[in-house]
Amino acid sequence: MNLALISHEILLLLLGVGVLLADLWLPAARKRSLGYVAAGGVGIILLVSLLGLLPGTVGADPTAHAFGRMFVLDDLALFFKRFFLIATLIVLLMTVEFADRVPAGIAEYYSLILFAASGMLFAASANDFVLLFVSLELITVTFYVLTGFARSRTESLEASVKYLIMGALSSAFLVYGIALVYGMTGAFNFQDLAAVDAPHLEDPIFLFGLLFVFVGLGFKIAAVPFQMWAPDVYQGAPTPTTAFLAVGSKAAGVVLLLRVLFTAVPAVAAEWAPVIAVVASLTMLYGNLCALPQTNLKRLLGYSSIAHAGYLLLGVASLTQSGQAAVLFYLGGYLFTVLAAFMVAAAVLRETGAEDIESLRGLYHRSPLLATGLTFSMVSLAGIPPLVGFFGKFLLIQAALAAAAAAPILYAAVGVAIVGVVVSLCYYFGVIRAIYWRTDSTGHPLTPSMTARLTVGACLAGIVILGIFPSGLWESARQAVATLSLN
Amino acid sequence: MSILTYILGWPLLAALALAFVPRDLRVVMRAVAILATGLSALLALKLFLLFPGAPADADGYRFVQQVPWVESLGISYCVGVDGINVGLVLMGAIVAFAAACCSWEIKDREKEFYILLLIMTGGILGAFASLDLFFFYAFHELALVPTFIMIGVWGRGERRNFATFQITLYLSLGALIALAGLILLYLDSGANTFSIPDLTRHIAEHPLPPVAQKLMFPLLLFGFGILVSLWPFHTWAPLGYGAAPTATAMLHAGVLKKFGLYGLIRVALPLMPEAAESWMSVLSWLCLGNILWCGFVAVRQRDLNLLIGNSSVAHMGFAFLGIASLNLIGLTGAILVMIAHGFLAALSFGLSGYLYQQTGTLDMNQLGGLLRRLPFIGAALVMAMLAGCGLPGFANFAGEVTVFFGAWKVFRAVTILACWGALIIGAVYMLRAVRSILHGPLNAEWPQVADAANPWRKLPFALLLASLLVFGFFPRLLSDKITPDAERIIERVDSPYGNGNVCLPGYDGAAVLTAAALELRVETDHSP
Repeated sequence: MNLALISHEILLLLLGVGVLLADLWLPAARKRSLGYVAAGGVGIILLVSLLGLLPGTVGADPTAHAFGRMFVLDDLALFFKRFFLIATLIVLLMTVEFADRVPAGIAEYYSLILFAASGMLFAASANDFVLLFVSLELITVTFYVLTGFARSRTESLEASVKYLIMGALSSAFLVYGIALVYGMTGAFNFQDLAAVDAPHLEDPIFLFGLLFVFVGLGFKIAAVPFQMWAPDVYQGAPTPTTAFLAVGSKAAGVVLLLRVLFTAVPAVAAEWAPVIAVVASLTMLYGNLCALPQTNLKRLLGYSSIAHAGYLLLGVASLTQSGQAAVLFYLGGYLFTVLAAFMVAAAVLRETGAEDIESLRGLYHRSPLLATGLTFSMVSLAGIPPLVGFFGKFLLIQAALAAAAAAPILYAAVGVAIVGVVVSLCYYFGVIRAIYWRTDSTGHPLTPSMTARLTVGACLAGIVILGIFPSGLWESARQAVATLSLN
Repeated sequence: MSILTYILGWPLLAALALAFVPRDLRVVMRAVAILATGLSALLALKLFLLFPGAPADADGYRFVQQVPWVESLGISYCVGVDGINVGLVLMGAIVAFAAACCSWEIKDREKEFYILLLIMTGGILGAFASLDLFFFYAFHELALVPTFIMIGVWGRGERRNFATFQITLYLSLGALIALAGLILLYLDSGANTFSIPDLTRHIAEHPLPPVAQKLMFPLLLFGFGILVSLWPFHTWAPLGYGAAPTATAMLHAGVLKKFGLYGLIRVALPLMPEAAESWMSVLSWLCLGNILWCGFVAVRQRDLNLLIGNSSVAHMGFAFLGIASLNLIGLTGAILVMIAHGFLAALSFGLSGYLYQQTGTLDMNQLGGLLRRLPFIGAALVMAMLAGCGLPGFANFAGEVTVFFGAWKVFRAVTILACWGALIIGAVYMLRAVRSILHGPLNAEWPQVADAANPWRKLPFALLLASLLVFGFFPRLLSDKITPDAERIIERVDSPYGNGNVCLPGYDGAAVLTAAALELRVETDHSP
C-alpha cells in the first residue's frame, strides 16, 4: 500500500472536509468567500502537481499501482487529474460568482464540488471495476445533490429527480454488468481481465455484462441512446453544476471508457468498434439536430454536449493511439470552451433571471468582455480556426479517417460528423447573432466582477493559446495514451 | 522572415490592433484598415517584381519560410510562391486594398466590420501563400467565416437571412468535404507531412494507389467545386453576393472563391494524376453548365448584383475548362482567368456597390441614364462589362482565349459551346445591363446621385481597371511566370488526350504560348 500515490485525492478530500468544518464557525456573511479558499486550495494542489512535487508523481516507475493494483497512477491518470483540477478550480470561481442565487448552504455547495472532484480524480486512476463503481457513485451521488441545490426552483428539483432516476437506473445496469463480468471471470482487475482465457470473451453472459457496463458509462458521457437526461438536467440545474457536469462528469466517463475498453477488454473493443462508431454517429446527429430549435442557452449547451460526446466517441472508435490522444486533446480544449460559455451564462443570466438566448441581446454593448468570451466559446465549439476547437476536430477526423481503411464504417461516421459540424454552425451562430445583431434588451451596462472577468479571461486565453500553439497539449495527450494497449 | 509572412501578417496584426481602438474613432479604424491592406498590396507588388530574380529552391518555390508547428503530425507554417500563386497573391492584395477603400458605405459597427475585413484579407492571402495543407485549409476557413458574419450583419435586401444561411451551410460543407479529402491525402501518402513540396516529392516517388486516388479525388473536386460554385453547386453564389456588403462581395467573389481552383491546381492535379484524368471529361461538361446555364440565368436577371453574381459563376466555367483540358496552355489560361476574373469581379461588385449607395436600388428596371450623372463610375462600369464579355485588351480576354486554345484539342464540342457562351450570352447580358443602367432617361427620383469626385473614391476602381488593362496588354507578365511551374504540374499528368504541346507537332509549349500571345497582340491592336 502506497498512500503517496493518492496524494492528489487526499489533499482534495482534506480541503473539502476543511471547507465543511469552516462552515461551522464562519459568520454567514463571509461564507461566500470560502469559495476563494477552496479555489485557492485546488490551485495550489494543481500547481504542486504540475511542478511534480507531489509524492508519487515522480519516480522511476511510470505506472505505479496501489491497493492491490486497484489504483493506478500513470500518465493517463495524471493527465485527467490535472484536467479535473483545472475544471474544479474554474467551477469553484463560477460558484462564487453564482453564490447569491443559492438560497442556503453555499459552503456545502463548495465542499460537494470538492467531493465530486475527488471522485473524478479517483476515476482517473481506476484500474478495477470496484474502484470504477465507487468513484462513479461518488461523482453521481454528489451530483444528485448539486443538481437540486436551488431548492426553491421547481426546475432545479425536477432536474434533480430526473437525474436521480436515470442515474440510479444506470448505476443498476453498471453494477449488474460488473457482477456478471465478475461471475464469469472471477476478476475485477483490468489487467487480470485482459489476461483471461479466450473462451470467456465469447461467452454471451460475459458480453452482456460488458454491455451493461458500457450502458452505465454511456449514461455518464450522454451518448445516444442514454442521453435523455442531459437537456433537462443541464437546463434545470444551477449553472455551476451544469458546467461541472458538462466537463467533469463527461471526462470521467471518457477516461473510464478508455480504461475499460483498452486495458480490460482490448479484444472486445476491437470487435465492438463498429458499434461505437454507430453510437457516435447517432449521438452527433441527435445532439446537433435537436440543438437547432432550442431557445434556452443552457438547454442548447446540453444538446451541444451530446453532440460533442459523439465527436469524442468517434475518436474512441478509431481504436488507435492517435485517436485516443485526439480525444484527450479535444477534452482539453472543450474544458476551456464550455466553462467560458457557462461562466458568461452565469454572469449574464444572473442579471436578467432568464436563460433565453434572447436575453443575450445586445450583450456586446453591455459587456464587451463577456460578449467576446461567449463568442470565442461558440466559435471554438463550432470548430473554426485558429481556436482550439478546430484543431481538436481536425485531430479527431484525421484519426477516424486513418482508421477507416480497416473499418470502412468510419467513413460513414466521418460523413455524419461533417454534416453535424455544418448543422452546428447554425445554432452556434444563432447565439453570436443574438449577442451582436440584436438591439439591447435591458439597456443598462453590465459590469462583471473581477472574478468573472479573470475567469473568462483565463478561459479565453486557453481557447486561443491552445488553438495557436497546440503542440504542448497534443504531446502530453500522446504521452498519456501511451499506457493504453493500442497500436 | 519571408516577405510573404509580412504580406499576410500586416492585415492580421491590424485586426488585432483594431480590437483595442475605441469605437468612436471611426476615421482611425478606416485608416488602419486601408493602411494595412495598402501595405500588403505594396509588398505583394514588390514580391511580384522581385519574383523573377529571386532564387528558387529545389521544388521551384521562392521566398520560402518554414516554421515547425506540430512536429509529430508533420504540420509546419510554410509559405512560399511559385509562378502559380505569385499572381494570385498580388491580385488578392490589390483587391483587398480596393475593398477596404470601398468600405466607406459602412456606417454602423465599423469596428467589427474592419476587424472582420482584415481577418478575411489575412486569411485569403495566407491560403494562397501557404505551402502546408493544414495552414492552406485553416487560412481559408479563417477567411470564410467572416464572410458569413459580414453578410448576416451588414448585408442588404429582404432575403439576407436566407442568403446567409444558405452560403454558410453550402460553403462549410464544401470546405469540410475538401478537408476530408486533404486528410485522406495526408494519410494515404504515408509521408507524415502536410507540407506540399514534401508531399509532392514523396508522391512523385511513391505514387498514390489508384484506389485511394479514386476515393480522394472526387472529395477534392466536389469540395473545392462547391467553394468555386461549380454547376450544379452554384446556387449559393448569386444570392449570397446579392445580399453581401460591397467589400465582402469584392473579396469573396474576387479572391476567396479562387481558393478552390487553386487547390485543384496545386493539390489535386499533381498529386492524383490518374484520378484527375478520369474525372476531367465530367468536369468539362459541368463547366459547360456554369458557362451556359448561369449565362442564360444572368440574361434574365433584373437586379444588377444578381446579374454580376451569375456572370461570375459563369466565368468560373472558363477556369474549370482550362483545368479540365489538362495541358499546359489550358492550365496557364485557367490561372490567367482566375487572376483576371479576380480584378473584374471586384471591380463589378465595387461599382454596383457604389450605384446602390447612390440610388438605393440595383433594380435595372428603375435605373437609367446614369452615365450623364456618373461619368467616371459609368465609364468604369462600361469597361468592366466589356471586360466581362472578353473584349481584347482586358486581362479576361487573354485568359479566356488561352483556355480555348488549350481546350480546343481536347474537348472540341465543349469549346465551341463555351465560346458561344462567352461571346454571345456574355455580350447579351453585359450590354443589356449597360443600356438599361447607363443609357435611356434618367430617373428623376435621384437628384442627389453624384459621381466619385474624391480621388480616394476613384482610387479603388482606377486601380482595378489599371490592373485589368496592364495584364490585358501584357499577359506575359503573368504567363512567363506561370508556364514553367504549370509545366511541372502537367508533366505529372499523363493526359490521355495528349498534351497541348504534343498535339501541335513542331511547337513546344512555350512556342504555342508565344503564338497565343502574338495573336493577342494583333487583336489588341484592333481594339479601340
